[in-house]
Amino acid sequence: MTTRYFGKRIKRNEDPRLLTGRSLFVDDVDLPGMLHAAFVRSPYAHARIINIDVSQALKREGVVAVYIADDLGDYWKPGPLLVSPPPIADTVFNEKTQVPLAKDKVKFSGEPIVMVVAESRYIAEDALADIYVDYEPFSAVVDMEKALEEDSPLIHEDLGTNIAARVVQKKGDYESIKPDAALIIKRRFSYEHGCAAAMENRGVVAEWDRRSGRLTVWDTTQAPVVIRNGLADLLGLSERQVRVIAPFIGGGFGPKIMMFYQEEVLVPWVAIQLDRPVKWIEDRAENFVATTHERGQIHDAEAAFDKDGRILGVHDVFLHDTGAYDPYGLTVPLNSQANVLGLYDIKNYHSEFTAVFTNKTIVTPYRGAGRQHGVFVIERLLDLAAKELKIDRTEIRRRNFIPPDKFPYNNEIIYQDFVPLIYDSGNYEPLLDDALEKIDYHHFIKEIQPKLRAEGKHVGIGIVAYVEGTGIGPYEGAKVQVMSSGRVSVVTGVGTQGQGHFTSFAQIAAEQLGVPVDKIDVVTGDTDQFYWGAGTFASRGAVVAGNAIYEAARDVRKKILQVASEHFNAPEDELELFDGQIRVADVPRMSISLGELAKKANPTRGAVKPGTQPGLEATNYFGPERGATSSGIHAMIIEVDPETLQIHIQKYLVVHDCGKVINPLILDGQIHGGVAQGIGNAFYERLVYDDDGQLLNGTFMDYHLPSALDVPRIETAHGETVSPLNAMGVKGAGEAGAIPVGPLFAQALEDALHNVDLEILEIPLNSNRLWEIINDANNKGK
Amino acid sequence: MKPAPFEYFCPDSIDQALDLLSEHGDEARILAGGQSLVPAMNFRIQQPAVLIDINRVPDLDYILEEENVLRIGAMTRERQLEFSDLLSQQAPLLHESVPFIAHPQIRNRGTIGGSLVNADPAAELPALMLALNARLKVRNNSQERWIEAPEFFIGMFTTALEADEILLEIALPVMAERTGWSFMEVAPRSGDYALMGVAALVTMGEDGKCEGAKLVYLNAGDGPLEAKEAANILLGEKISDDLIQSAAEHGSEHEITPFGNVHASPEFQRHLAQVLTKKTLTQAVRRAEERKQ
Amino acid sequence: MTRLRSVAITVNNQEYKREVEPRMLLSDFLRHELGLTGTHVGCEHGVCGACSILFDGESARSCLMFAVQADGHAIRTVEGLSADEDHLHPIQQAFWEAHGLQCGFCTPGILMSLIPFLEKNLDPTEEEIRHALSGNLCRCTGYQHIVDAVKLAAERMR
Repeated sequence: MTTRYFGKRIKRNEDPRLLTGRSLFVDDVDLPGMLHAAFVRSPYAHARIINIDVSQALKREGVVAVYIADDLGDYWKPGPLLVSPPPIADTVFNEKTQVPLAKDKVKFSGEPIVMVVAESRYIAEDALADIYVDYEPFSAVVDMEKALEEDSPLIHEDLGTNIAARVVQKKGDYESIKPDAALIIKRRFSYEHGCAAAMENRGVVAEWDRRSGRLTVWDTTQAPVVIRNGLADLLGLSERQVRVIAPFIGGGFGPKIMMFYQEEVLVPWVAIQLDRPVKWIEDRAENFVATTHERGQIHDAEAAFDKDGRILGVHDVFLHDTGAYDPYGLTVPLNSQANVLGLYDIKNYHSEFTAVFTNKTIVTPYRGAGRQHGVFVIERLLDLAAKELKIDRTEIRRRNFIPPDKFPYNNEIIYQDFVPLIYDSGNYEPLLDDALEKIDYHHFIKEIQPKLRAEGKHVGIGIVAYVEGTGIGPYEGAKVQVMSSGRVSVVTGVGTQGQGHFTSFAQIAAEQLGVPVDKIDVVTGDTDQFYWGAGTFASRGAVVAGNAIYEAARDVRKKILQVASEHFNAPEDELELFDGQIRVADVPRMSISLGELAKKANPTRGAVKPGTQPGLEATNYFGPERGATSSGIHAMIIEVDPETLQIHIQKYLVVHDCGKVINPLILDGQIHGGVAQGIGNAFYERLVYDDDGQLLNGTFMDYHLPSALDVPRIETAHGETVSPLNAMGVKGAGEAGAIPVGPLFAQALEDALHNVDLEILEIPLNSNRLWEIINDANNKGK
Repeated sequence: MKPAPFEYFCPDSIDQALDLLSEHGDEARILAGGQSLVPAMNFRIQQPAVLIDINRVPDLDYILEEENVLRIGAMTRERQLEFSDLLSQQAPLLHESVPFIAHPQIRNRGTIGGSLVNADPAAELPALMLALNARLKVRNNSQERWIEAPEFFIGMFTTALEADEILLEIALPVMAERTGWSFMEVAPRSGDYALMGVAALVTMGEDGKCEGAKLVYLNAGDGPLEAKEAANILLGEKISDDLIQSAAEHGSEHEITPFGNVHASPEFQRHLAQVLTKKTLTQAVRRAEERKQ
Repeated sequence: MTRLRSVAITVNNQEYKREVEPRMLLSDFLRHELGLTGTHVGCEHGVCGACSILFDGESARSCLMFAVQADGHAIRTVEGLSADEDHLHPIQQAFWEAHGLQCGFCTPGILMSLIPFLEKNLDPTEEEIRHALSGNLCRCTGYQHIVDAVKLAAERMR
C-alpha cells in the first residue's frame, strides 16, 4: 500500500472549530437552572480548624447550599490511591490521599474547607466572605530537610514521620568500582517547584437526570474513563449511569490528570443532592494553589569516571517534595531515578530517594514528570567531569552512549510502569553528529566564540542529551466504523488537550482505509462513546491509543475487503482502497463507495450467513509490554548581558528521535511547546514559598510564563529508530521538548560567563540568582 | 475572581463627577482606564462601595502645547501618548518610555491620570513625572489646585490627592535645548513591572560642561525617587566615564531604598540601579551633545 | 445585589440589550449573557490575554472592563471574524495552515489582538510580530508557528 496520509504534514481537522470560537470547553456548558460553586480555602499552610460558622452565608440571598466536611456524611473519605507503590523490595510507602473538604486540620494553603453553592459565581464568592473559620495555626513544614528532623512538626500525626516513601534501586555495585575511579565528581543539585499553568483552569459541571437516573459530568480531565469509574464507585451508581465528557481542554500537561481532585468529587455529589446542575470553574488564583504542582528535589549525587571520561558508576541520594498528600504514588521520583541513567551505558548505579510530606500543594506529574531532575543530575555530572578531565563535553557524552548494537538495553531497575527499564531501540551518535553539524559546534567554539569574546560579548553554547520513556501501558482501545455517509468514525477513550489527536489519529485510520483525513471524525473523551481506557499521560496518546486505532482500522480494512470481495465476486488481492472507494483494480466500473458498502454490510431484510457481524466496524485494543524510549539532543547558543544578567537565546536546536512520525507538523509543535515550557522552567518560572508555607507569587504578574519575546525560533531535526514494540514503530514525543532544558541552560550559561569560575547546580535560575551565583564564585576565588 | 458588588455612577460632566465624589468620599473610587483597579477588584483586594466611571466625561483626553508647556488630559490613554508626534518632539523621554508599560491591550485602556493616581512605585509614569518636573492639576467641587510632582507622590500607592479631588491635567515643560534623555529598565519579561528603572535627563552647556542633570528611579523605594546628590556630582563638570561611575555609585548606594521582591533582592536592585544609571547617563549625555550640534 | 442597569451593546454588528449588575465583567457578559463563548477567560487579572476583544476597534482585555462600560460601544469578538467554519478570515486560515494553535484556548484572544496589528502593518518583521504577541500567553505552541501564521496572513492580506 502506498503511504499517503501517515507521516504527512497535514493541517488539523479540529482547527476550524477552535479558530472560530465554536468549540466546546467546560466553562461553555450552560444548563437551565445551573448553580455555581466556590470554595473557602485555607489561608494557612498548617492549622487546626477550631470552628466553622456558615450561618451568615446561608442567609445571603442567592445562596442555595453550604457544605463543610461533616455535611458529607459517609461520602467524606480520602480519595483513591491512583498509582500504587512499585514492586521494589523494601520500599516504604505511606499512603495519604487528599480529602474532599478539610476536617479538623488543614495541610496546605489553598486546601478547600467549605463549599458554597449559589445562583451565580459572583454571589458564591460574596458568600465566602460571610463564612468565619477559626484556626489554630501550626508551624508549617516547608523545607524538606527540616521536615525529616526529629523535632519537625508532623503533617500526618498518625504516621509519626513526614516520610512519604523511601525507595532504593541498584544496578551492579557502585562501591566496588569506586577504588578504580580516576575521578569522582560529587555535588548537591537542587531543582525547585514550578507549575503547569495551562491557559484554561480546571472546571467541572455536573447534571443529574433524576428520571433516567443518569449523571453527566463535563470535566477538564485528561482521563475521563477513570473519572467515570471512580465517580460511579463513590456515588454507588453503575458505570452505565455515569457519563464523563472531557470536551476541548485548554491544555493539560499532567496536572489535569490528578484524578479525584476535591472539586471533581464534590460537584457531582452536590448536583445529585440538590437535583440541579452545578458548575465550578477554577479561577487563576485557585489554580496556583489548588491544581497540583511539580518539582522540588535535592540530589546528593556522585559519579565515578575512568581517565578517559567513561562512567564507571553513579551514586545518587535524593529528597523529593510530594506536598501535603501523595495520591499519585511515586511516579515523579521514579522517573527522576530512571532518568539519571540517561542514554549512557552505566554499569553501576545506586539510587535512593526519600519522598517527603510538606505543607504545600500536592505534587503530581507535569510535562517531563521528574525526568528533568534526573537528566539535570547526569548531564551536569558529565559537564563537570569533562571540565576536570579536559575532554570536550560532546566527546564525553559520545564515549558513554549506549552503542546501537546493545539494544534492547536493560537498565536493570524498575520504571514507573513497574516493569524493568529496558530501552527498546535507539542510535544516539547520529543524533549528536547531526546536532553538532546543525549548530556548527566546532566552528563556533574555534572561530566564532573567540572572536565574540574578544569583542567583549558573553556568548555561550550548550549541548545536552536525554532519553524519554514514553507510551507506557496499561492499554487503550478504539472503535473504527465506516458510516453510511462514507465518513469514518474513530472513537477512543483518551482525552485530548491540544495534541492534535483529531488529526494524527485520523491519519492512522486514513492510511488503512484509503479515506482522506478530513473525512474521518475522531471522537475522544466521551465515556458514552467509548467505554474503556486509561488516559492521556506519559506521552502515550500516539503510541498506545494510536496503535489501538491502527489495530481496529486494520480489522475494518479486512472486513471491507471481505465484504467487497463477495459484492464484486472478485478475489481480495485484486481489490484496492482509494479515496473513500473500494474497487477492482483496473476495472473502473467495478467500484463502490465505502458508505454504500457499509449499508450493504447492514442488511435490514433477508438472511445473512451465521456469525456475520453487521456494518464495517471493529473495536480493538493495544497494550504495550513496556514503554518505547525516545531520545534526543538539545543545543543552544545564548548571550548574557554580564551586567544586567538578562539573556538572549540566539539559536535553539532539537534533534529528536521518536521512531516513525505520524505528522511532522504536529510533532514540531509539540517540541516547540515543550521547549517553551522548559525555558520557563529553567529561567522564568519558580513557585516561591515563604517559611509559613505561603505561596508568594501565585498570579500571572509574578509567576512568569515565557512570552513570544522570550522563546526563540526552534530548529528541529529528526532521527528515526523504529520501536519494535508496536506495529507502527512509533514512540511518544509529548515531553521531549521540556526535559533537558535545565542542564542546557546551566552548561550554556557557564560557557557564556567563561571569565567566572562558576558552577550552576540548580534550576530554576533568573537574572537575580545568576548574579548571586557569579558573586559567590568571585568571592570564592578571592 | 469576581468583583464585590458596588454602586455604579457614570457622570457625563466633571462637575457631576466631583459632586458624586464629594457625596461618597472615601467609599468611592474613580474608574479611569481600570487596568490596575479592576484586577485588584477581581482579586477583591479592592472593594469600593461606589465606582464613579469618568470614561464618559468629555474633554479629559488631549495632548496640547501652549507656551512651551505640554498639557495632557488625565484620561489620555497610554496608547495616545505612545503615538503622539507632539510628545515625540517635545517630550521624547516620556514618548520613549511608554512602550515599556505593559502590553498594547493594556495601553489601549490605561490612562496617564489613572497610573499617576494609583502611584505604584514600580510604574513608569510616576517616575517620569518626577523627571519631567510635571505639575498636576486637581479639583474638588469647590476649587482647583496645582501640585508639583514631588509633592504629589507621598508613598506607596499614596498621593496628595484628597478623597474629594480628581486629577484633571498634567502639565510638563517642553524639553529644554541641549538636553539629552534616556529611560531604561530591567524587567523579567518585556511588559512586566521592572525590577529597576532609571530615567535620566542631562543638559549640556555651550562650554561642554553639564548645566543640569536629573535622575529618577522606579521600584527603588515607596515611590518614584529622585537622586539629587548623584545628579549634583555631574553639575558644572565635563562628563567623563569616571564621573558617571561616581554618580551611578552614589545614586544606587545612598539615594534609593529598594525593598526587594520575589524576583530580585534589594542588593540586586541596587546593582541594577548602578548599571542602569551608567547606561542612561551615557545615553543622555550623548544625545545632549547631538542636540547641541 | 446592586441595582441592575440597562445596556445596549453592539457585538459583531448586532445590538444586544440586557439588564446587568454593574459588577459584571465584560468577559462574563459576552460569554454567559450573550452565549458568545469564543472569548476565553484565563486569568481575570489582565495578563494572559485570552479574553482580548476589540473595543471600538482597539484590542482590550474584556476581563478588565465592566459590561456597563461597553454601553453604546462596539465590540468585536472571535465569532465576528468569519461567518462560519467554511469561510475563515485570512488570519484564521493562516493559523490553520501554519499550525498556529494546539489546545486553541488562547487563540481567540490572539486573533483579536492581531486584527488591529495587521490593519496597521501588513509587512511586519518577526520582532514586531513577537512584540505584538507579547501580551498574549500561549502555553502550548512555543509561539513559533503563531509567528509563522502571522507572516503568512500578512503576506496574503497585502
